[in-house]
Amino acid sequence: MTATVPTPAGITANHKGTQVASATITLTRDSLVRYAAASGDFNPIHYNDEFARSVGLESVIAHGMLTMGSVLAPVSDWAGDPGRILRAEARFTKPVPVPALGSVDVEVVAVIGAVDEAKQEARIDLTVTSGGARVLGKSRAVVRIGETNPADSSGASMGDAA
Amino acid sequence: MTQPNPDYAGRQYPPGDAAAVTADAIRAFATATGAANELHHRTDAARAAGYRDIVATPTFLVSLAQQAEAAYINDPDAGVDFSRVVHSDESFDLARPIVAGDVLTPQLTVESVKSVGPHAMISTRVDFTDAGGAHAASVRSSLVVRGEEN
Repeated sequence: MTATVPTPAGITANHKGTQVASATITLTRDSLVRYAAASGDFNPIHYNDEFARSVGLESVIAHGMLTMGSVLAPVSDWAGDPGRILRAEARFTKPVPVPALGSVDVEVVAVIGAVDEAKQEARIDLTVTSGGARVLGKSRAVVRIGETNPADSSGASMGDAA
Repeated sequence: MTQPNPDYAGRQYPPGDAAAVTADAIRAFATATGAANELHHRTDAARAAGYRDIVATPTFLVSLAQQAEAAYINDPDAGVDFSRVVHSDESFDLARPIVAGDVLTPQLTVESVKSVGPHAMISTRVDFTDAGGAHAASVRSSLVVRGEEN
């Protein structure tokens, strides 16, 4: 195994266990407002501390889908073409409180968990923590490996444009 | 208190209204989730990579899926008390990349409604079909409806 990070085009079964990306994601209340607007998720537990406490949370928490989406960004950057991402999944195991002032960090480490050379797919396992505790479980992405152009896979390609 | 109605397990709803995926919506979602890959933002870069237009991030369809799920969640007979709902799991299966200009029709299926002690777990699936009638993506969501703790 080499020390260099393989590209999706170059992944083989030998790369199982290799880290392909890591990042620190900094979330603020501003992040939550932007995500609420972009997603249409206006649950008050993501912007109103009084409401959040009334349902047993310590404060406003990040949208689980904001955390999930954010930790996939470094995987997409590594993949080069985000069209290589065929599947993404996560379990929301622990809320991420976001302070009214300042910020909270979420750490993600992405490792090749499995390689299926016949299907030309690799499973990327994401370890996602905040303050040392896991905040997502079963966080995984499946990416297309090998020499391929994801844009060719369907109606998403130029060739199918009307 | 109301409990989720187990009779809804397996129920498939009629297809919902078709929704256009816009470049603005893709960019806003990518920016909000820190996805800086230029294929999410720049039409010229997306075209150079062979795409018709910019590419959505992997979780972009969550908004359209949640709109479709509302037909079930907001149905009084389904017995889902949304104030007690906690999001448990989410997954996205993309049959092909979603790009600006796609017109997607969602169809909701309630996959399961199960009791787990005082709580209930409900799982839904939204299948998206593109304008050509081809399957484009499926979004699965699992919610826990917390029961009374006695």
